[in-house]
Amino acid sequence: MAVALSVEHLAYRYPGVEEKPDVVVFEDLNLTVEEGSFVAVLGGNGCGKSTLAKHFNSILLPSGGKVYVCGLDTADEEKLISIRRRVGMVFQNPDNQIVANVVEEDVAFGPENLGVASPMIRKRVDEALQQVGMFEYRKHAPHLLSGGQKQRVAIAGVIAMEPKCIILDEPTAMLDPRGRQEVMETVLRLNKEKGITVVLITHHMDEAAQAQRVIVLHKGKVTADGTPAEVFSQVEKLHEIGLAAPETVELCWELNKQGFDLPLGQLTPEQCAKTIFESL
Amino acid sequence: MLKDITLGQYFPGESVVHRLDPRTKLLFLIVYIVALFTASSWISYGVVFLFLATAIAISRIPLKSIVRGMKPLMMILIFTAILNLFFTGGDTVLAKFWVITITKEGLFRAIFMVLRILLLITCTFLLTYTTSPISLTDGLESLLSPLKKIRVPVHELAMMMCIALRFVPTLIEETDKIMCAQKARGADFESGNIFHRVKALVPILVPLFISSFRRADELATAMECRCYHGGEGRTKMKLLRYKRRDYLAFLAAILLLTGVIVLVNFGL
Repeated sequence: MAVALSVEHLAYRYPGVEEKPDVVVFEDLNLTVEEGSFVAVLGGNGCGKSTLAKHFNSILLPSGGKVYVCGLDTADEEKLISIRRRVGMVFQNPDNQIVANVVEEDVAFGPENLGVASPMIRKRVDEALQQVGMFEYRKHAPHLLSGGQKQRVAIAGVIAMEPKCIILDEPTAMLDPRGRQEVMETVLRLNKEKGITVVLITHHMDEAAQAQRVIVLHKGKVTADGTPAEVFSQVEKLHEIGLAAPETVELCWELNKQGFDLPLGQLTPEQCAKTIFESL
Repeated sequence: MLKDITLGQYFPGESVVHRLDPRTKLLFLIVYIVALFTASSWISYGVVFLFLATAIAISRIPLKSIVRGMKPLMMILIFTAILNLFFTGGDTVLAKFWVITITKEGLFRAIFMVLRILLLITCTFLLTYTTSPISLTDGLESLLSPLKKIRVPVHELAMMMCIALRFVPTLIEETDKIMCAQKARGADFESGNIFHRVKALVPILVPLFISSFRRADELATAMECRCYHGGEGRTKMKLLRYKRRDYLAFLAAILLLTGVIVLVNFGL
């Protein structure tokens, strides 16, 4: 399978302010994301999740090493627009990424910047809004929408640019459970139906469990990488770096401490209940 | 209390006035203002008034909302009326007491000034009530685009206006939240003299400013991520195009202006 994103020996440091030393985030990070996959990136606060996300979009440039997006070097300034049209970003606060005061005008913002012809923009905007299920709200003012709806508008704004890849930087952190579910369903559907590569940065374990692959970052290094079942069965390792496994896995793990012998890869409550039932 | 602010309020509708090109409406307003300031007699004012009344009738904007919009301007109107009434010199003295003299000229001048302000404000209301802020900024950008040649940053100005309008409700909401948070900590905004009250606003303004800067920073990053690189090579989803109704509106505006000029020249 083709590689969508690749990080080679990435080093990055935030410059120190007033004689304070630089803050080293990455020293030698290596990572590849395959085209069409759904990858969740987990990690505690300050592990470099958001810094990594900003590298995929040339918002930050590596201090050392290389980041490639669909084979394009992010440090190459001439390719900036080509990179950004391939990689869409969705941020945490939906209010601070909506530009216009009508939903459809906001979705049109990206394609307008790319210089797409007017009738084509109309088509892209309508399609994008339909894909996120916000078509009926196209004439609304963004500040009257709920958090989940705003975030879906932000996602529509990104897919109207027809990207190969979407990076979501904790898109659900400011949402209520219902909004979180709306956003997750939208993202999963886009990945499945349109084959868009998704990198989801999150600290919700249940969201990460829905991905095909989970990468755990700790102090700028990849500490675990694999399918959700593989990663989450390493419960002790996750605890060590201040993370928790999904509740189902935690339950099986606690039971094992009491003398059971359950496998730890159960991610849904149904699977978990079945495993426990069978072992009784 | 902050919810009452009706900045650039827009009433969606389907009337001909709503569907006019925003550029037409802006130019129309300019011609109307010129006509209004040319008018100097009862008849010419009457013509301008009839013209405006017809436009309002066509737009189907409820009169009530226009009257409501006028309320904050009451003070200015009264002030103008009083100034003109008392301080205009003239020959025909109507009343005189103490140092104040009211002349016939002063009375007429006061009435005309108030009428002029009323007619002016009502027409600008008609513009903002029937035009969405975004098409208004689009219209302005397009009308001012010739200024790009002398390096006026027209696109940037229009973009700034658009973003400012977009963030008005967000910032109002935030101000409300901060006020509640400060009240919960015992802040008092309602009592004391004016200086106390102004001082009490500082703990609201400081967090509001800080958060606005953070918002601006995040918004700039988000815009960059969506390939924003200034006005160059940018296209628009909705293209502005003059239609027949726009030409008719231009015709009406020119008729109004010539009509008023003719009337004034004949001394009517």
